[in-house]
Amino acid sequence: MAEKGFKRSDGRKMDEIRKMNAKVGVVPNADGSAMFSFGDTIAIAAVYGPKKMHPQHLQNPEKGTLRYSYNMLSFSVTDRIRPGPSRRSQEISKISEWALEPVLMIEDFPNAVIDVHVNILQANASTRCAGINAAALALAHAGIPMKNMVASVSIGKLDKQLVVDVSKEEEDWEKGEGATDIPISFTSDGKITHIQLDGKIGTKQLKEAIGMAKKACAEIHELQKKVLKESIPEK
Amino acid sequence: METTRITGERIREYMLSGKRFDGRNLEDFREITIEKGVSKNAEGSARVKIGNTEVVVGVKMSVSEPYPDSPDKGNLMVTSELLPLSSDRFESGPPRIESIELARVIDRCIRESKFIEFEKLCITPGEKVWTVFVDIYSINADGNLIDAAGIGALAALKNAKIPEYNEKEGVVYGSLTNKKIPVKKEIPLSITFHKIGESIIVDPTQEEEDVSEARVTIGSHEGVISSMQKGNSKEIKEDEMFKILDLNEKVWKELFLKIEKSFKD
Amino acid sequence: MTERKVVIPGEVLAKGEEYLPGENTEKRNGEIVSIRFGLAEESNNLVKVIPLSGVYHPRKGNVVIGKVENLTFNGWVIDIDTTENAFLSLAEVPRYVNKNNLKEVLDMGDMVVAKIYDSNKKSIDLTLKGRGFGKIEEGMIMKINSNKVPRIIGKEGSMINLIKDETKCNITVGQNGIVWILGDKVEDELLAKKIVLFITEKSYINGLTEEVKKWIEKERKK
Repeated sequence: MAEKGFKRSDGRKMDEIRKMNAKVGVVPNADGSAMFSFGDTIAIAAVYGPKKMHPQHLQNPEKGTLRYSYNMLSFSVTDRIRPGPSRRSQEISKISEWALEPVLMIEDFPNAVIDVHVNILQANASTRCAGINAAALALAHAGIPMKNMVASVSIGKLDKQLVVDVSKEEEDWEKGEGATDIPISFTSDGKITHIQLDGKIGTKQLKEAIGMAKKACAEIHELQKKVLKESIPEK
Repeated sequence: METTRITGERIREYMLSGKRFDGRNLEDFREITIEKGVSKNAEGSARVKIGNTEVVVGVKMSVSEPYPDSPDKGNLMVTSELLPLSSDRFESGPPRIESIELARVIDRCIRESKFIEFEKLCITPGEKVWTVFVDIYSINADGNLIDAAGIGALAALKNAKIPEYNEKEGVVYGSLTNKKIPVKKEIPLSITFHKIGESIIVDPTQEEEDVSEARVTIGSHEGVISSMQKGNSKEIKEDEMFKILDLNEKVWKELFLKIEKSFKD
Repeated sequence: MTERKVVIPGEVLAKGEEYLPGENTEKRNGEIVSIRFGLAEESNNLVKVIPLSGVYHPRKGNVVIGKVENLTFNGWVIDIDTTENAFLSLAEVPRYVNKNNLKEVLDMGDMVVAKIYDSNKKSIDLTLKGRGFGKIEEGMIMKINSNKVPRIIGKEGSMINLIKDETKCNITVGQNGIVWILGDKVEDELLAKKIVLFITEKSYINGLTEEVKKWIEKERKK
């Protein structure tokens, strides 16, 4: 439902996701790996584990531990990022971990850790969402038992208009009420495992945004399914 | 899984007959692919694959004050990260010594060969010069990250374009001029030689690298050497070193022939 | 559903009360759902998923190959590439071992073929008692994903025997995915390694034995 005369700078429809691309097995050394992109935002994920958890004091004797690390390459953005962890990347790592943990069935791996390493090769907003999508693929690819898959997308409110899959230009929207950015992750059976928001939005519209995210995540899930299935050729 | 001792014995024994497990000769590189411009927000970038080893390198540029002892020259800074993504041997945390050494070896190879014409990167002497950042990342580690990083750095530098700069806005990222980073036409390729038992090889797989006793990285162009580094803890006999130097000239020519079109404009 | 098809976590495999959830599946609201990326298979209403990837689960009776990580006062800690280390006690070696000289029997870095005689949440216990177990003196070691081991061995050993015949090598496949190859010539060992890798890449196809035979012929012609 478009506000009168509203046009997205790249010509997309309001509920249109940028062209997505995904592939598994991109890091041969890893137990599972994948690449996922929304337009110009490219994320790669590699999973190692389950394996012994070091240091020992971090071991959980009741079940396995998921350890997610999100990192942007220095040249993935226009203003070079000094290599090394930042508070932003540490926070994104944690909320991404929480986005995936609910679907993992890792009670059978006490004292073990599953490491998920996500790196952003090129950034055009929605990097944490691309990261979660790549990570879910990599976890499945690695043979980790999972109740469901997880998909992630960002919903934006640009002035008063809701849009799906925010690009950098849209993230920087300044007209009217400015930009509100809402990254959301859904399991493939429709449960929310992650939601963040910054900006300004009323309750009714937020509910609408969540509905749009659910629909978009279902679309992303179809791509994830296709990519995993096609990675095992018939002959 | 680290190469087991018994497999190591097989590797050494087989190399004595001049062959390696994947069918290569001792002086052969694996298949190399070089892709340029793989990351749009970088001023220049490249992805290099040697066999299953993969690195990506990006070039970023910024404007700052020059160093006091070189007021009319631009600067270079090379960093590298052995990403935990690329191997179960790399953990998150402060840089490993392998990463630090790799960056410094590639830095010296580029710097000492005077590949980049730093005087042409001066905007206002004593006030504003360009700094070139070369950031190297491992994506899959299967041996010989150093040489892959070296080729990647050179390809990314050749691919890079200088961004617009004006007094008012400073650097206008995302807006590239058509000017390339000024470099000499002599490409300083670095090649690493490994001593395994009695054999000298190039381009080891991870399995081979695990049993490497000593290594020498040589940065050179057509026999003129500008940088060298010996690593790992065993010793090299003088005649073995001379053999490496001779081999360097030969292997350099073959390697350069294989990849030179990636360095053409 | 008679043909094996590739499925992903969360995918519904069968609907109806008559179906039973087998390995790597669970029943949710009358539906059988996969909890793994793998090949779904149904027989006699039992639906299971054969994994294509994932870590090794140690089981009593499994033959495994491991590397000595550490020597303790009464045995050896062996790395068998799982989340827990395995332990081989002095008492499980079928010969006299001088307590002060464990190194003579097995030293750090040595490879060993052993059997798991007990495996529980706390530990994995190994034994060398039995034929074919002990230190590996020479040969080549390679690692494959443990889920592919059944394909390397084949029905009643048919595949592994094919490899042995074609390469004249002795091949021991640990259930944990570590493989020991021993031949008269390095070339034979390398061919065996290549065949094993070929099988792991094509492990999901039907008529694998024929494919392997054809492929070996091609390799020989090179």
